[in-house]
Amino acid sequence: MKRQLMIVALAGSAAGVFAGDWTGFRGPLGNGLSDEVGLPVKLSAEKHVAWKTALPGKGLSSPLVLGDRVFVTASGGTRQDRLQILCLNAADGSVIWKRQFWVMGSTMCHKKTSVAAPTPVTDGKLLFAIFSSNDLFCLDLDGNLKWLRGLTVDYPNARNSLGMASSLVLAGDVLVAQVENDSESFVAGLNKTTGGNLWKIDRPKSANWTTATVRRDKAGKEQVLLQSGKGIHAINPASGKVEWHYADGAATIPSSALAGDMLFVPSHGLTALKLGADGKSFEQKWRSGRLRPGTASPLVHGRKVYSLNNAGVLACADVDSGNRLWQLRLDGPFGGSPVVADNHMYIFSEEGLAQVVDLTAPEGNVVGKMDLGEMIQCSPAVSNGALFVRSNGHIWKISRKTRL
Amino acid sequence: MASVALGLGGVSLGQAADGEFARAVATLRAVGGEGQGNEAAGQALQRLAKGSPESIPTLLESMDGANPFASNYLRGAVEVIAGNTLAKGGSLPLVELGEFLLNKSHDTKPRAMAFDLIRRADAEAAERLVPGLLSDPSVDLRREAVTRLLGQAEGLANTDNKPGAVLLYRQALDAARDLDQIQRISAELRELGRKVDLTRHFGFLIDWEVVGPFHNKGRAGFAEVFGPEKDAGLGAEYAGLEGKVGWKKYSTDDEYGMVDFNEPYGALKEVTGYAQTEFISASDRPAELRLGCKNAWKIWLNGELVFGRDEYHRGMRIDQYKLPVQLRKGANTILVKACQNEQKEEWTVQWQFQLRVCDATGTAIHSLPKKNAEVAAK
Repeated sequence: MKRQLMIVALAGSAAGVFAGDWTGFRGPLGNGLSDEVGLPVKLSAEKHVAWKTALPGKGLSSPLVLGDRVFVTASGGTRQDRLQILCLNAADGSVIWKRQFWVMGSTMCHKKTSVAAPTPVTDGKLLFAIFSSNDLFCLDLDGNLKWLRGLTVDYPNARNSLGMASSLVLAGDVLVAQVENDSESFVAGLNKTTGGNLWKIDRPKSANWTTATVRRDKAGKEQVLLQSGKGIHAINPASGKVEWHYADGAATIPSSALAGDMLFVPSHGLTALKLGADGKSFEQKWRSGRLRPGTASPLVHGRKVYSLNNAGVLACADVDSGNRLWQLRLDGPFGGSPVVADNHMYIFSEEGLAQVVDLTAPEGNVVGKMDLGEMIQCSPAVSNGALFVRSNGHIWKISRKTRL
Repeated sequence: MASVALGLGGVSLGQAADGEFARAVATLRAVGGEGQGNEAAGQALQRLAKGSPESIPTLLESMDGANPFASNYLRGAVEVIAGNTLAKGGSLPLVELGEFLLNKSHDTKPRAMAFDLIRRADAEAAERLVPGLLSDPSVDLRREAVTRLLGQAEGLANTDNKPGAVLLYRQALDAARDLDQIQRISAELRELGRKVDLTRHFGFLIDWEVVGPFHNKGRAGFAEVFGPEKDAGLGAEYAGLEGKVGWKKYSTDDEYGMVDFNEPYGALKEVTGYAQTEFISASDRPAELRLGCKNAWKIWLNGELVFGRDEYHRGMRIDQYKLPVQLRKGANTILVKACQNEQKEEWTVQWQFQLRVCDATGTAIHSLPKKNAEVAAK
């Protein structure tokens, strides 16, 4: 079940993507919102785990869902040097195909993360998957390799010994790869059909794990908002040229949230920017040091903005003023970001505890919990009446339906 | 189908290759950096992926000498063919795959892939091949054999056959190249009362000459060319951070060969140090310098810059960086520059590196004694 709102939002998007699909990091619009209704709330492993499938490798990338197919990346092998891309049947969790490639870049990363950290992206016809090693693969939905890149082979100092995590984004026909690190730091716009560089720009020499936000104006013109320690650079996806720059710094782990013409940036706590209709300007509306996104990215739902800090405290604030309305302590810590569907927030802790927060309650209310028993660091996907979430060892479908 | 020799780095594509097949393989092998050749490669891959399972050994063979992009493209074709074949209940050419695996003149990655395919098609057949992989040039394949040996040794240890267990563990240690296996085996041997020289097993370089400190204010020291980069003669003196500095001997007794600049110079910040050593090679040969370092670093071999990286305190591990080099017969000078930055956190104290010389499999290459340098050079 789904509402029709997102169909309008996706009208200017890729032809192969339909309402209800989950096509990239934090969903089709990169904001963690889903139009799905009727998801389970009072979670129960017996009633709501539709299926659980073992994965051949580790990962904290989010699953993607296109129609009846689920796509997920993993990294296997003793040295985490086998890069895996899997396609599963959304109905029963069976593996439709699995592809494995040799790593070309560095596999080194912090023990809590893995080589399969970034989330893939799809335009509905092609799947683009990048790994912490900066190896990038484009496959069709049947698992046929169309092209590949080894960005650390091309640019040998583009790596991070803690691991990379920025997810890919698509702006029209441009695939944007954010490869920011302490040494050879860059962002590249790639031709999504061939993988060739359309442009490549130098970026601040500093480790960065955020994911870019794609802004589409009413006329369909797109802008890629790159977040780093230097703030937000809005770039033209066709040329890589900077169109405006918010220069007051920003976090390098949680990513910004875009809602209409407002951008909520993890900067000095949380900073709200009103983006100009001309695509060249912005205005700071408010800033709150009381809203401090930790690892999880902020999320905007209705007239509220939500921020989850590293102590596991979920804060709710008014989008227009930044005034904090309430806060609620959850069971953390959290490595992934929340999603919202049908007025409920879904978030999975690193301990594997799913928590459902009723956002209509006056001060929020945890109405459901379910222990999956494994470390979960991904942001869940929401599609076709179900949540999809993965650990280092498994992927789950959580829905009102029991096993099919 | 006619036999075709492609002339691609001497690769013969054997009996399965026809002209179209050979052209498709050649297209994949021509893929270069920055996506060059990707468009044609995608089309060529479609052609190859439609091949029969009998074409798999030829596709594996065509990975010999291929660059990493081409190897992965070819792998993509093999993945599709093997996946489709097995999904339809078909069979893979086990004998040909086994013969490919057993022919060590082929590259290690396609050989390891051949083993994986054999295992997918016939796990028992794969298992029978494992004992012969103990000295394999592929670290993946020899890991299989080491794992098996460890199980046997553990079984002997559990039945109080300590001599038998020790000897099997020794065999396993000699073959092991993965850190986790090496550490597990060495722990077992030590538990059984035996000595293990991990420093020698890995081939860490422990005897150095060091000089410093030089500045690294504002992290500018990484790019600055200090005296040792111009003249690394052991008798030279340089303008250091606080006056003249010269080379002094430094030996580490760390089991993993850690060269710690904090020992001779104190826990300084925003400084640069150099270490050099002489490595006597018995022959002209390819090798790898394998470095672990969480500071910014540069490394030179015989005066030529091998690589450098300006990353600070993001992590460190054994074999963090694998740097292919060519050793010359006789004395080789290795110079390492390590820069410490301004960070004050507890986890940024380290100003250190560990370096070993090995072959592509990770097998230690040991320096000849220095007195042999002249002999080796002759």
